[in-house]
Amino acid sequence: MKITILGGGPAGLYSGLLIKKANPAHDITIIERNSADVTYGWGVVFSDRTLASFQRADYKSYEQIASQFVIWDTIDVYFRGARLHCGGHVIAGISRKALLNILQKRCLELGISLQFSREVNDLAELPAYDLLIAADGINSAARGAYARYFLPTIEPGKAKYIWLGADKVLDAFTFIFRENEHGLFQVHAYPFSGTASTFLLECDEASWLNAGLDKASEAENLAYCQRLLAENLDGASLLSNNSKWINFPTLKTRFWHHNNIVLLGDCAHTAHFSIGSGTKLAMEDAIALASSLEQHQDLETALNAYELERKPVVEVFQKAAAESQAYFETLKRYLGLDPVQFAFQLLTRSGRISYDDLKFRDVRFGESVDRWYMQKASDTQVIVAPPPMFAPMKLRGLIIPTRIVLLQRTGAATSSPGDTREGYPEVVQQPPGNVGLVLTELTAVSAEGRITPDSPGIYNAEQVAAWKRRVKHIYSVSPAKIALQLGHAGRRGSTRPRSEGLDRPLRGGNWQLLSASPIPYTPQSQVPKEMDRGDMVQVRNQFVRAAQAAEEAGFDLLHLDFAHGYLLASFLSPLTNLRNDEYGGDPERRLSFPLEVFDAVRVTWPQEKPISVALSVTDCMKGGFTVEDAVIVARTLKAHGCDMLEILAGQTTIDSQPAYGRGFLTAFSDRLRNEASIPTLVGGYLTTSNEINTILAAGRADLCIMEMTHLDT
Amino acid sequence: MRVGVGLPGGIPGTSSRLIIEWARKADEGPFSSLGVIDRLVYASYEPLTTLATAAAVTARVKLATTIVIGPLHADALLAKMAVTIDALSGGRLVLGLAIGARKEDYDAAGIDYQKRGKRLADQLSTMRSLWEEGTVGPQLIRPAGPTLLVGGLSDHGYARMARYADGYVHGGGPPRTFARAADKARAAWLDAGRPGQPQLWAQAYFALGDDATIEAGRRYMKTYYAFTGPFAEKIADGLLTSAQAIAQFLRGYEEAGCDELVLFPALPNIYQLEQLAYILTALGRCVR
Repeated sequence: MKITILGGGPAGLYSGLLIKKANPAHDITIIERNSADVTYGWGVVFSDRTLASFQRADYKSYEQIASQFVIWDTIDVYFRGARLHCGGHVIAGISRKALLNILQKRCLELGISLQFSREVNDLAELPAYDLLIAADGINSAARGAYARYFLPTIEPGKAKYIWLGADKVLDAFTFIFRENEHGLFQVHAYPFSGTASTFLLECDEASWLNAGLDKASEAENLAYCQRLLAENLDGASLLSNNSKWINFPTLKTRFWHHNNIVLLGDCAHTAHFSIGSGTKLAMEDAIALASSLEQHQDLETALNAYELERKPVVEVFQKAAAESQAYFETLKRYLGLDPVQFAFQLLTRSGRISYDDLKFRDVRFGESVDRWYMQKASDTQVIVAPPPMFAPMKLRGLIIPTRIVLLQRTGAATSSPGDTREGYPEVVQQPPGNVGLVLTELTAVSAEGRITPDSPGIYNAEQVAAWKRRVKHIYSVSPAKIALQLGHAGRRGSTRPRSEGLDRPLRGGNWQLLSASPIPYTPQSQVPKEMDRGDMVQVRNQFVRAAQAAEEAGFDLLHLDFAHGYLLASFLSPLTNLRNDEYGGDPERRLSFPLEVFDAVRVTWPQEKPISVALSVTDCMKGGFTVEDAVIVARTLKAHGCDMLEILAGQTTIDSQPAYGRGFLTAFSDRLRNEASIPTLVGGYLTTSNEINTILAAGRADLCIMEMTHLDT
Repeated sequence: MRVGVGLPGGIPGTSSRLIIEWARKADEGPFSSLGVIDRLVYASYEPLTTLATAAAVTARVKLATTIVIGPLHADALLAKMAVTIDALSGGRLVLGLAIGARKEDYDAAGIDYQKRGKRLADQLSTMRSLWEEGTVGPQLIRPAGPTLLVGGLSDHGYARMARYADGYVHGGGPPRTFARAADKARAAWLDAGRPGQPQLWAQAYFALGDDATIEAGRRYMKTYYAFTGPFAEKIADGLLTSAQAIAQFLRGYEEAGCDELVLFPALPNIYQLEQLAYILTALGRCVR
């Protein structure tokens, strides 16, 4: 086959040499626009797994690459004057220039023709080829020429970054976070040879403009960065190689081949530099393409197989890179965290590394996290500490013994809970010993506030007495504290038991529903009454009486429901609140009735006992309640004496649904907790200690609902 | 986890005699259920009428659609056909519904492809009501009507499942793909406040025999899934072709929490069913 490769970077050179090695009969030409010794960028990094794949693909080049590696296993984080180490991350760096030299030599040795300083603007200029490998980077001419078949999209990042070198040898992968009068700058730095390191600087656009870097010359830029990092550079100099501040472009390409043209590396995809995988992905593409060409006789089949193998892998990396990129773009949220927690949050940002991973990689770091968490939680010095999930939590006068919350999901509780031994599964009868808080299911403040005729309530003497017995029983068998989830179903009331499906109206015996506006929940649902002032006073008073009853029954914490489209939530969302009076309109007005209820309950509920609120933080719909709105609501509630939020999402309307999956609420909780500075409780299908410890240690939530349904298997 | 077997009705060229014989032997074999799949513009048997026939020659196995393309049918008619099969089979129907993946099926049925998601959501609640209220007969054998499953991979798919159905039916793939989908289904179920757990069903294809037989199975897979473009190759690679592969696959699905896995043949030959029955019995996975 006559093969032309555009681009003499790692992807182009490596694919050329691997293909030629497998079949020396191929006639291969590599065309590069720059001269042989010009290279942009400083060092590149590879994980140990990537190195192993190089070793298998071509031992000769691997040997030379390996001889020039700088290998280290520590990540250092500099934040607010602290320096934290976390070991056990095997990463290898090599100078990009050295890598290219090795690959070029190996190509020549195998008889590949290398043409440097040749710019190809029009594919028609090329002599005939059987296969064209486009490895000419993000601005690829080949991809551009057939863009309508490849369907590329490029999304520029929000932050500005610059790729610099330094004549300093770092002894770890280093993250530096530095605040000055212009804003916040973060640095990703790593060694790549015995004499130099890469320094990637990143900041948001505002900081960049404040510092005047948009107008600065190359020398002025370098001088600014030099001053900024003087402490870390310790006398060494930063180096520029025509370096410029740019926004990181994320490229995604729908199809990676068209007829006899195939895309490789940065030409097909890019992933944010903070996960350091650009060159790794490019060279793995080369390995996959070469082996696919070797395996399949038919070119179309080979290119198909290559695309099928690589695209899902690359997508996984792009997803992790997007998470990591978003983290760095919203970093300001985390500046209030203590350095240990900040470092833990940083290391677990992309979701690929968990609490257990870090503990396995560096037990000292893991134990320092446990110790820090316990000391912070208990305000006492400790020598050894259990994992974060076993730390206590203090809310006002209440001490919750652990961070594990058991949510009672009975589905068949009675409206007048009688004997504590009836109707509740074993796990609720006797909470496991390490549960810190038992949270009841939604309990109605009035008969009209029930979801189904069987929903529990706390609005008559018989119910209060039954709750009292139940609370007493749980206290007698468990150290767990007990929270009453209090609410009014609103327009989602008067439905059949959920064993028969969700929001299905009763066949008979329906009661009148209340909501912010007269909109039925489903097409089959009853039209609720639009609440007038009289209804509001009545409902508010029902909440107050229920709070008094909760105190009488002995509950430790009151959990008010502002979520899932029930009554108070119906006021919050613009999708369900269409009122023109003072209770509708802008977000502040929509909050006014729920806030009135909160205030009335807060006054009634003992001062030393905490109150939390369950909030749907997003409707997950255009035109609906957003996370930005939720942050404002959270700050207001906090100012009014709310001690904690439970983070929920969706169910405002029947079309309002979050993207379900393991931990689907964690990112929302992270955002609310760190932007509104309020403790959070989160569920979202968490079933393992590893998930919960990761969430807690990273400061993404303070309490976690652990699903116990899997315990019986 | 229980294991069922699919009828070969989705394979062009399958004789009606084989369908009957297959159903009978499956009922006598180690299988928990008998499955059918749906495709309109294709030389395949219609799934519900096929199950009605299977109902007559079986006494024990569950009769499962994994899946029927719900929106192609009028709600009331589908509800009546389903409840009829459930009655004729003594309450053995498991009705899996999904939106399907081929526009040509919708075009042929004269149904708007764009509105398929909403149509399915409405259909699920309408059918439940029609059954329970006795609007369409015959009389229900079970108080809530036939077991209702929903398939489909969009976020809305999981929410729809959790809202109205009894569980989720997975389209296929390696165990780790199923595990992720199962997590989504369970998360949606718990978030909806439904009691208990969703039933989790899944399906896979098998072809057993010599190299030529296996190759013929792969060819059928590639033809059947040609509409998925390059992924047909990947789907064909997932074909289970040995006792060892089946054992590992069952183990993987079981560990991910699958309740019932239906194995569909890639070849219309009774030998395939006999081989599978033999392997399952050897693996100790006999429900009888």
